[in-house]
Amino acid sequence: MSVAINRLPRVEAQEPSGEFDVLKARSDFPILETRVHGKPLVYLDNAATSQKPQAVIDALTSYYTRENANIHRGVHALSELATEHYEQARAKTQRFINAADPSEIIFVRGTTEGINLVAQTYGRTHIGMGDEVIISGLEHHSNIVPWQILCGQQGARLRVIPVNDAGELLLDEFEKLIGPKTKLVAIAHVSNALGTIVPLRRITDVAHQMSVPVLVDGAQAAPHLQIDVQELDSDFYVFSAHKMYGPTGVGVLYGKRRLLDAMPPYQGGGDMISSVTFEKTLYNKLPYKFEAGTPDISGAIGLGAAIDYLNEIGLDRIAAHEHELLVHATEALSAIPGVRLIGTAKQKAAVVSFVLENVHAHDVGTILDQEGIAVRTGHHCAQPLMQRFGVEATARASFALYNTKEEVDALAAGVQKVREVFA
Amino acid sequence: MADLRELYQEVILEHSKAPRNYRELADRAQKAEGYNPLCGDHFTVYIELDSGDPEKGRIRDISFQGSGCAISKASASMMTQALKGKSRAEAEELFDRFHKLVTGKLAPGNAQADLGKLSVFAGVSEFPVRVKCATLAWHTLRAALDGQKEPASTE
Repeated sequence: MSVAINRLPRVEAQEPSGEFDVLKARSDFPILETRVHGKPLVYLDNAATSQKPQAVIDALTSYYTRENANIHRGVHALSELATEHYEQARAKTQRFINAADPSEIIFVRGTTEGINLVAQTYGRTHIGMGDEVIISGLEHHSNIVPWQILCGQQGARLRVIPVNDAGELLLDEFEKLIGPKTKLVAIAHVSNALGTIVPLRRITDVAHQMSVPVLVDGAQAAPHLQIDVQELDSDFYVFSAHKMYGPTGVGVLYGKRRLLDAMPPYQGGGDMISSVTFEKTLYNKLPYKFEAGTPDISGAIGLGAAIDYLNEIGLDRIAAHEHELLVHATEALSAIPGVRLIGTAKQKAAVVSFVLENVHAHDVGTILDQEGIAVRTGHHCAQPLMQRFGVEATARASFALYNTKEEVDALAAGVQKVREVFA
Repeated sequence: MADLRELYQEVILEHSKAPRNYRELADRAQKAEGYNPLCGDHFTVYIELDSGDPEKGRIRDISFQGSGCAISKASASMMTQALKGKSRAEAEELFDRFHKLVTGKLAPGNAQADLGKLSVFAGVSEFPVRVKCATLAWHTLRAALDGQKEPASTE
């Protein structure tokens, strides 16, 4: 049984005022007090997952303490309360990315599930033998493999936009690749391995001129940039809560209404139906058509709390703060002999990937870990991209709103220590 | 709290910078590939037995090629040194003891002493994430002895 969504009154976001106070923000994140190997935690692995503010932790605890019930199906008070909060989270998400309608917001498990959903529903009904899907050389495996699987199923072909030495997409090559056989472009907004910010508007314009829809992997964009799906004119946009200060287990698939309406269901089960008999089953309307079974209710509510938290601070201020960290980190690491930065695009989010001469990334990571510094080392689920740059693995530092210049200095000192060990 | 110096000992660093037996063997040698997908360590181990009978023969020559982190490379290098002239049974037994060493299951004392130079890897037991680095070459060696076609993995 579907429930009418409570239309929330339009609340004008408070314009956050004054300088961003990073120390105040840090105090919102209890885990930052942790010590690792006897040293203060310097958490620079935010592209893998972000830490959570107390407000989000409290929202989860509050849900299980005072609000927990299954949604959409009950007439009792707790069920109504849980439903209201779950649907409020949907409305918050709608406003967060400026979607036209809350029914265009589908809660899924994460970016990966969102992409698989589109591949197996939109993809299976619109992409056929001899058709082409365009992705880029920057992509995370989650925006490669679902398309490989689809192309294998349908007899379609995967084409890849090449990347230059700075980690930027070669747009001229994209314009050559796209053609009458192209049925979809699937592209990252921000590269998780290199930090490159992709010129989405331009790519979408080119694609739309040829009537090709665009799916955007926004997992690494959501914590760093203001997303406006109407302004971007994205046909599909996916992102994960856990990368943007929300809990793991929930993410969002945004799709234009007319596209979602034309797609068959992904998973069958409870809630995505309006009536079931053994002879015939009628599917529910959007968004419920794509939300089978009991969802991650607390997760969605936690995502809503994360959105509230970000809105209070203001993404513009966060972006400005993170950009300073990026500049500082780029300067500090470039100055260390033997360090080569991988990913030097003109437009970048606060991610710095690097290799250290004669030292494997794994060893860099272990020694930094001993200093309390958490970075990611490896292929970052982007093996084709690593291969393109001729490296097996990089060390990656990725920043969030609570990181400081002092932490960047600690990272640089840590890398110097690695050099000493291997001298 | 583990000390980095226990992991990155002089000997290990030295072997990783200048690995011993770092070459291919002739075509008639048995070889196997090993790969740690989590970090990209990738090695090929070559062995030549002095007899057609794998149960009785001794390792006449052993070498390796590939790339990986300092721990994996040093382990491969020191493994090739330790296994020259050993029989298959002796190699297996050494692997078993080495594995116990790096997973912290070997008491100090004679057992550790029997490992000779390999005992420098005792520190790995304090860094569980790196155990697979230390054992990759050994898993690969076993695959080479078995004549395994698919790459060995630490998974």
